Amino acid sequence: MMDAAALSPLALSLATICGMAVATYASRAAGLMLMSRISPGPRLTRFMQAIPAAILASIVAPSALASGSAEAMATLVTALTAWRFGNLPLAMCAGVAAVLALRPLLG
Amino acid sequence: MQTTPLPSFGRLPFTLSGLRAGFRACIPVSVGVAVYGVLFGLLARQKGLSFLEAESMSLFVFAGASQLIALDLWGPELPVFSLIATTFIVNLRHVLMGAALAPQLLRLSAGKAFGSLFFMTDESWALTLTRWAEDRRRGALCDGGFLLGAGLAVYTFWGASTALGHVLVRGLDDPARYGLDFAFTAVFTALLVGLRPRRADVLPLAAATCAALLAARFCPGKWYILAGALAGGLAAASTGPAKANPPDGTSPGTSPGTAAGTAAPGATAPGATAADNAQPKADA
Repeated sequence: MMDAAALSPLALSLATICGMAVATYASRAAGLMLMSRISPGPRLTRFMQAIPAAILASIVAPSALASGSAEAMATLVTALTAWRFGNLPLAMCAGVAAVLALRPLLG
Repeated sequence: MQTTPLPSFGRLPFTLSGLRAGFRACIPVSVGVAVYGVLFGLLARQKGLSFLEAESMSLFVFAGASQLIALDLWGPELPVFSLIATTFIVNLRHVLMGAALAPQLLRLSAGKAFGSLFFMTDESWALTLTRWAEDRRRGALCDGGFLLGAGLAVYTFWGASTALGHVLVRGLDDPARYGLDFAFTAVFTALLVGLRPRRADVLPLAAATCAALLAARFCPGKWYILAGALAGGLAAASTGPAKANPPDGTSPGTSPGTAAGTAAPGATAPGATAADNAQPKADA
């Protein structure tokens, strides 16, 4: 960013948004750029193999396990529905319906 | 591990039908995303962002969590560097997500791979990952267009809902009132089940869960995703031998990215059925 004072407020905010866009894209592209430059050994291979499930579990953990028993039960309902039917929209609806039904009961 | 040199695996297809399949599969999740797009548009207007500013942010930054956090920092004296640095940190998890898709993306042209990555969100990443894992399990070729299609679905809904929230919505209920805050938890839970974790995955998953719970408790923002991912990866790296590649011959021998593919024999990919079943949620 050059001299911020020289820019009009709109130009400054649009330039900031550009900077945010570059920062976001850098994060999206960096993983592929790294992986195209290295050939991982067995340890890094195991590390990378575990990443997808670990990310999904991490996204889910706080809202599933640390926000209340209604959310925990609804997560179980979602998981069982997904396991049984393998249908994503169905599992999503089951989870939302379960949380709606259980929150008034379990708080 | 195969020793065949990389080029012999060739390019993956990148077709319009793959792109459409990704788009359709991602529509239900995108409806959930749109609820938050409306919320973002509304909050942006309340924070004094013009339509141009709010919509540019949604179309160029295109990252829900960091956009909502940016609104928090936004003010008359714009903290330019904090905004950009915070955005980068909030999005660091994308580094690992992109790396996890590398085995397939490396088999596309650089333009297609890096172009598709612009549209990668948590949601489209997760759907693509499970879809490509399912393709590999069946010995089918992964279609590179799926990631772009799924990303474009989220992009379209996010951009349109931002505009809607900024222009039209005068007041919005808390999404939690309709259980919609739980929609994302439900989607990612279902996708995790779709990976069918095996016994060997239990320890990494437990490590990821514990680290994520701790980080969510003590750190702000989305650090918990990165913390959990790293804990899970490290747990896997420090125990047990690497899993063997599945015998489908579609993965480069030198690549780590059997990642998703090995996790789950015989599962039904949510992405596959989502296409036939793409009606939006009734209560959305």
